[in-house]
Amino acid sequence: MVDVKRIEDLTVDLLRLAVIELPKDVKEALERAKERETSDIAKANLSAILENIRLAESMRRPVCQDTGLIVFFLDVGYGFGSVSGIPEAIAKGTKRATEEIPLRPNAVHPISRKNSGDNTGSYVPILNWSYVEGDYLEITAFPKGGGSENMTFFSMVKPGEGIAGIKRFVIDSVISSGGQPCPPTIIGVGIGGTADLALKLAKKSLLRPIGQRHSDPEIAKLEEDLLKAINMTGIGPMGLGGNVTSLDVHAEYAHCHTASLPVAVNTQCWAARRATARVYRDGRVEILSHGR
Amino acid sequence: MEYRLKTPISESDVRKLKIGDIVYVTGVMVTARDQAHRRALALHKEGKPLPIDLRGGVIFHCGPVVRKKDGEWEMVAAGPTTSTRMELFQAEFIEAFRPSIIVGKGGMGPRTAEAMKKFGAVYCDFTGGAAVLAAKAVERVRGVEWFELGIPEAMWILEVKDFGPLLVTIDSHGNSHHANVAKAVEENKPRVYSMLGVSK
Ligand code: SF4
Repeated sequence: MVDVKRIEDLTVDLLRLAVIELPKDVKEALERAKERETSDIAKANLSAILENIRLAESMRRPVCQDTGLIVFFLDVGYGFGSVSGIPEAIAKGTKRATEEIPLRPNAVHPISRKNSGDNTGSYVPILNWSYVEGDYLEITAFPKGGGSENMTFFSMVKPGEGIAGIKRFVIDSVISSGGQPCPPTIIGVGIGGTADLALKLAKKSLLRPIGQRHSDPEIAKLEEDLLKAINMTGIGPMGLGGNVTSLDVHAEYAHCHTASLPVAVNTQCWAARRATARVYRDGRVEILSHGR
Repeated sequence: MEYRLKTPISESDVRKLKIGDIVYVTGVMVTARDQAHRRALALHKEGKPLPIDLRGGVIFHCGPVVRKKDGEWEMVAAGPTTSTRMELFQAEFIEAFRPSIIVGKGGMGPRTAEAMKKFGAVYCDFTGGAAVLAAKAVERVRGVEWFELGIPEAMWILEVKDFGPLLVTIDSHGNSHHANVAKAVEENKPRVYSMLGVSK
């Protein structure tokens, strides 16, 4: 069994990496976006974002003041062994990260709005577990900003409307969001399953690197069509007009009941923070998201 | 056009600014969110002065992340917050204190735009989330007022150098860049729908 202290330390390291350094695919996509813009305002916004990203890295400060609600994805290999103690270690690591980096304490009680002060609380940090082949544990830190998470939409589309119904719901969601989620965004789309699964797939799709298409050609085509359409709206960076409203669209699907067609949209801002590492049975740690 | 302005900014300089212009500000800038706006207006009603004269000044809608280093406050991250929350107070605030530039993100409503036209002020968007860039332009934290409101809501008095880029999105002539973008998006909608093969 892997030493839980190792997981606690890794939690701090992954959160630090996530909030300070954006993954390479995101940075490159923002660079390309700047080249595609023609208006001064859009270009100025993207230059400010890129300069901000560079400063955050060199000054070792969080890239955005909203360091998010703390979310993790955990893929446990069947051969990894026991995960006992790991949730506690991650919560401990989250508290330490809040102090040490520092992170902005964002976790509040939903009714009293009282801030826990350390980014933990009921169900928080949020842990999304799945099981995979292999003898490792893969952990992704995914701190999620409030401004973009607020731009989440769900609809039980009529199955008879088919793919046109899905497209219309996604495009209307993006248009109604305007500049609020700090575009250029990444749009996560979850199709099918039950309502809760559709929302989860929408969020999970945001883990996929920019530019990587779905393996199913039909879904890949949907992603491309939606991206093209979104970037025709003219919303642009920060909603101040321009050619790049989204950097990518990622969709995931599940089979669903013959009577229903759940569709969910989850929005990610330009500060698309994620950091992933693999922990092997022997305690070896490998950072996957940020190549050195 | 690109402008470099120093506080206090004169009305004639503010009136020159048009939507689409880019501004960098040097001088004194004050943060204010909902509660600082509320408190300032309450003091004004009682006929009491503010801790600092805001005439010709810059107001920043921002709840910063700060830390104390060697007894001095330091801005760690200071990106803009959504400005529409201040719509409730902004018109009265402009009339009472006559600042020249309001900085935030996402734009403001018609009452604020009207007050800007009447009293000579502009609204500028600062890039959402660009918190380190903003903090880096802060040369010194001159002071903090109303600290009991909490770090994000307190009024932070900052000395800034070339703070920007600030994008003028509401000017003092009744123009709103946000309204223009919304209109353009509406006009693009039929093309977007037809590209997707979706009926209106
Ligand atoms: S939406 Fe994202 S980039 Fe914008 S303020 Fe929130 S976390 Fe930062």
